[in-house]
Amino acid sequence: MSTDSAVQTGRPAVTAAPAPVRHWLRLLRSELRIVFVRPRNLAMLGVLAVAPVFLGFALWVNTPQPGAGGGNSGAAALIGQVAENGVFLALLAIFVLMTLILPLAIAVVSGDALAGEAGLGTLRTLLTVPAGRVRLLATKYVVIVIFSLVASALVAIVGLIMGALLFPIGPVTLLSGASVPLIDGLARLAMIVIYVATALAALGAIGIALSTFTQHALAVMATMLVVVVVSQILDAVSQVAVIHPYLPTHFWLAFDALLRTPIDWTQIWHGLASFAVYAVIFGAVAVARIRRANISS
Amino acid sequence: MTLIDARSAGAGPDRPAAADPSLAIATAGLAKRFRGGQLAVDHIDLAVPVGSVYGFLGPNGSGKTTTIRMLLGLIHPSGGSFTVLGASGADGIDAALPRVGALVEGPAFYPFLTGRQNLARCDAADRTADLGTSRARIDHALEQVGLLAAADKRYRAYSLGMKQRLGIASGLLRPRDLMILDEPTNGLDPQGTREIRTLIRQIAAAGTTVFVSSHLLAEVEQICSHVGVMSTGRLVFQGTMADLRGRGERRIAIHTAEPDRAAKVLADLGLAGAGVAGQDVTAVLGEHAPEAINAELVRAGVPVAGLATVRPSLEDLFVQLTGEGFDVNG
Ligand SMILES: Nc1ncnc2c1ncn2[C@@H]1O[C@H](COP(=O)(O)OP(=O)(O)O)[C@@H](O)[C@H]1O
Ligand SMILES: [Mg+2]
Repeated sequence: MSTDSAVQTGRPAVTAAPAPVRHWLRLLRSELRIVFVRPRNLAMLGVLAVAPVFLGFALWVNTPQPGAGGGNSGAAALIGQVAENGVFLALLAIFVLMTLILPLAIAVVSGDALAGEAGLGTLRTLLTVPAGRVRLLATKYVVIVIFSLVASALVAIVGLIMGALLFPIGPVTLLSGASVPLIDGLARLAMIVIYVATALAALGAIGIALSTFTQHALAVMATMLVVVVVSQILDAVSQVAVIHPYLPTHFWLAFDALLRTPIDWTQIWHGLASFAVYAVIFGAVAVARIRRANISS
Repeated sequence: MTLIDARSAGAGPDRPAAADPSLAIATAGLAKRFRGGQLAVDHIDLAVPVGSVYGFLGPNGSGKTTTIRMLLGLIHPSGGSFTVLGASGADGIDAALPRVGALVEGPAFYPFLTGRQNLARCDAADRTADLGTSRARIDHALEQVGLLAAADKRYRAYSLGMKQRLGIASGLLRPRDLMILDEPTNGLDPQGTREIRTLIRQIAAAGTTVFVSSHLLAEVEQICSHVGVMSTGRLVFQGTMADLRGRGERRIAIHTAEPDRAAKVLADLGLAGAGVAGQDVTAVLGEHAPEAINAELVRAGVPVAGLATVRPSLEDLFVQLTGEGFDVNG
């Protein structure tokens, strides 16, 4: 303990000229660093990167007949295409991981966002700086959106690399039967990555809203997974078909429209609109909550 | 400074806290009732003068942390009002917080980041801090609390004393007019406690008002100019240290082989609260002169072996104020 170094006085305020954008970018960088250096999140991204590798080897060892599964939609249709074209490994990986692992990754990050910080006590540290309640919430949501994009892109890129290593790569035969140049196929893959990231970002809005209600990150993750699984189950029950379009997961896999010619844009727009509605509703809940919340942890 | 009994001060729950510029913190009827139903803070009127080192004392559970959370806008009061450095209320307080350094309910940082990275994160959250001097300010704060050498260790590996000091360092990232420190010595050994006291003295010497809570009187009595004493949510005393010392009633204590006769003499003289314990007799001195009492005892033939006047210790006063044993040793 230094006893003779001068303690800063309370007199001249070291206050910067207002530069809200630069200050905000600094907070955003700090939030990104927290999310992307946290050991658990790195492990999570590791799992996302390894999954397409396993999937690729599994299909390489036990190569399905071209067109196997016979289905014209879903995983079956994609599996049948992988042996002919490695690009489909990226699509299959996204399709498979969207059922649980990608939502889980978003659930982990959303749980950490506010509930985790509250549990750790760091939320009170940040709010007394003061970081600003709504400003902090907004920054954390931007980080969730970025994380959604990184996670989906990671799966697609690793899938693509594995696909190229294990299977032929060339012009892409779409699910509707037409063949398009490889570059066109890759552009469709990029659009699918963005579509899936949007779906995950909407899930993240539900997550960050839940995150304002508790200081237990695990409770947020568990609740989100229950929401995802229950929504998927209801989506499969034809007796409740009337509520299907309103389920949060209903449009998650609608990206197969991008694998047909002509592209059924209405399906894509319906999906994006559904995600936007969920993001706005739960974003509003989160803002209302964080403004009033008692931070007593 | 006058003695204020929070109940008799007559603060209506909605009387606004005075915007008195000589007070760094002022509250009026500030109250918090948690959902459980119990009043954690029971209509308190704090007055923390600018430039003071204010000891906010009280046993565990007496409402100190809850009060501090309200002052920092972390929780919303159920009643009353408060002003911190001229900014009022949970919604307006953010305007003053850049001038307030705070440590609430012990330090809270990310275990997987180093001390320096943790401070950088606090600084990054600050929307008015000078961007260009961030590194220098972080180093300066670390140096002030003596953590420069351990700056690049992970927080996980810090000792409790180092964690507390990092918590104080986060309050020193920029010049402050007010430091609010909630139990900064909690759990520390005597050496660690001394270090924190030295640090608080330096902060105060630089002109910063310090509001420091503790459940241990002994840990802060040396550094405080003012004290407020909490007991089950109520502010049962507020004033200068001198006010507190002066509050104890002087008693006379007589050592004699005939205590019962001595007690009778004291009672006849009109001294209240006479009590006998073995060969010792004590009573409240009041306005009586000890030498006159001695003369009276001798006239009555009481063999006086010893006579003294005693003031209760600060510890005794705390026991009286808080109505329970004040934990002296932690
Ligand atoms: N979030 C909370 N919910 C319900 N009761 C609480 C909460 N926080 C504190 N309390 C209660 O309020 C009282 C005062 O607590 P606190 O302010 O932490 O006391 P201190 O800091 O003086 O030890 C205690 O009885 C405690 O149990
Ligand atoms: Mg406390």
